[in-house]
Amino acid sequence: MLEEMERDENVFLMGEEVGHYQGAYKVSEGLLARFGEQRVIDTPIAEAGFAGIGVGAAMTGLRPVIEFMTWNFSFVAFDQIISNAAKIHQMSGGQFRVPVVFRGPNGAARQVAAQHSHSVDPFYACIPGVWVCIPATPRDAKGLLKTAIRENNPVIFLEGETLYNVKGDVLDEGEEELVPFGKARIAREGDGCTLVAWGRPYYTAIEAAEVLAKEGIECEVIDPRTVRPLDTETIVQSVEKTNRCVVVHEHWPYGGPGAEVVDRVQRDAFDHLDAPIMRIGALDVPMPYATNLEELVLPTVDRVADAVRAVCYA
Amino acid sequence: MASDRDRLIAQYKQMMVMRRFEEEAARGYAQGKIGGFLHLYIGQEAIAVGTVAALDERDYLFQTYRDHGIALARGMDPKAAMSELFGKDPGCSRGMGGSMHFFDAEHNFLGGWAIVGGHLAVAAGAAFKSKYIGEDRVTVCFFGEGATNIGGFHEALSLAGLWKLPILFICENNQYAMGTPMSRTSPLEDLSIKAAGYGMHGDKFEGHDVRVVQDRVARAVERARKGDGPTFLEIETYRFRGHSMSDPAKYRSRAELEQRKERDPLLVTRAQLADAGVSEAELDALDEQADNEIQEAVAFADQAEPAKEEIMFGEVYAGPEDNEPTPTGAGARGHANGTTRTVDSSVEQSVGHHGG
Repeated sequence: MLEEMERDENVFLMGEEVGHYQGAYKVSEGLLARFGEQRVIDTPIAEAGFAGIGVGAAMTGLRPVIEFMTWNFSFVAFDQIISNAAKIHQMSGGQFRVPVVFRGPNGAARQVAAQHSHSVDPFYACIPGVWVCIPATPRDAKGLLKTAIRENNPVIFLEGETLYNVKGDVLDEGEEELVPFGKARIAREGDGCTLVAWGRPYYTAIEAAEVLAKEGIECEVIDPRTVRPLDTETIVQSVEKTNRCVVVHEHWPYGGPGAEVVDRVQRDAFDHLDAPIMRIGALDVPMPYATNLEELVLPTVDRVADAVRAVCYA
Repeated sequence: MASDRDRLIAQYKQMMVMRRFEEEAARGYAQGKIGGFLHLYIGQEAIAVGTVAALDERDYLFQTYRDHGIALARGMDPKAAMSELFGKDPGCSRGMGGSMHFFDAEHNFLGGWAIVGGHLAVAAGAAFKSKYIGEDRVTVCFFGEGATNIGGFHEALSLAGLWKLPILFICENNQYAMGTPMSRTSPLEDLSIKAAGYGMHGDKFEGHDVRVVQDRVARAVERARKGDGPTFLEIETYRFRGHSMSDPAKYRSRAELEQRKERDPLLVTRAQLADAGVSEAELDALDEQADNEIQEAVAFADQAEPAKEEIMFGEVYAGPEDNEPTPTGAGARGHANGTTRTVDSSVEQSVGHHGG
């Protein structure tokens, strides 16, 4: 964000506690001191209001970055995203574009219960007119965010609440990387089974792949990085090689990008499949508070490994 | 500079164009040329004309789904407006928006918005931009009295008041939120007192005299332009037709309607012009000109090309090559003027067409 704000003075950050508090999750630490109150703007608790301000500012030429303290709070601003941001370009016959980034932490944290644990990718991925990024690694988070800020359309940028602590390589300042939308990353190669995973469950998939490798099953782990657009081609090519596919996601099992991947793979790689495609996601319940139950709901290494074993008939 | 009399003549003509446009739209709807919802502005014309007269061309305007009047007042060609209603390609939104979603970047008309209360914050965003870059452009956002009850109203006015944005929130109080009179939706008789709750100026007046509208709106515009913050204006008006074409308006009495029609902005202005010495014949000639313009618009829209699939698919996302709108410019690229842009986003190319 800092690099993009230095690059383009039309970029500004707006949200609750982004300035003086330095960000509820410290994402914007130091930005206020660097850019001042004109460009790092604390808001009252009014998601629908400041999301709408982002849309209007984008329509008139700025490049707002609108932070939701968590994506759970985006639901009170849903109308601004679905009815306004996503619609204006086409509905105006191409006269107005909306280069706004909505970003914030997504998914379950630890024991924050039902209202604060949503994985919102299914809600937003189904909307034509927006892009949806859900990076897993620090490098992708940086590279995708830079692309998102320069993109001419509304971007839903989903950061993993529990991934803020993940340390990993990012490119140095000055070494610029713009991760393209709709281009999956093959994180691990293998010919035993294709694992498709994004966001936090990416790490679950990687861990499961390591467990399975010891059993002689080499998984190919693919991180689509953006679920709209979704890189079907890379996934299908992998399935043509492995003949098996397990999709791992944090969202509920009803529909969503998880089901979308299954739909596309069965259509485009039907003749290559040796087993039904499996999905491992959150269980179909509101998130409970208790630790033992929360662990049960979220995808685990064991559940993923079991699913891979099942499709490999191992 | 035009004399007051000449200005009023022009405004009368403008209102007559709007009136005829809406009457022809109603006819087109009855004939099945127009589908969906159709909300007519008949009876409220003086507000659009008076407001536009108080603004500069560079100022931004937002309206609800009852948007034909303000678009025409702002300078939209009736041909583009009627073509939009008929779902045709030369329509102001290329046939993508219809009655409720007129847009006109060239005239800084930032749209007809159809979710009640949903566009107030967007309008505040346009005003935020002006403050952000330090320009003295003003934004005007219209809505109905029904919108003052929804959360979007509250959040938009809260932020605009807090940040002293250069914006006018104009409530066109036409007395009925669809079919429900204000007495059953609000504990207040005077909505303009809400302004105090948001730390902004408030004003309230009747909207059938275009001169009054222009004068009172101009005061608020001046405040906003000077950096003295937003104003909430409640303008009392009355729509002579139902909420939309499907509404026979049985919830109000004939007598009430007739009484209101005595304050028809066109009659009021016509009388003012007669007092100023404009002859009946001159006024009738203006009526006829307006009528001809609208007949031409209907004829144009009738024979225009239907809306295009290339726009429907190709404009879901803006491409990287779309003209960069500069915050100081018109704020948007110009009208797509009939050319069809291919899908030119590298994003789209990498995943095939239309949304991945």
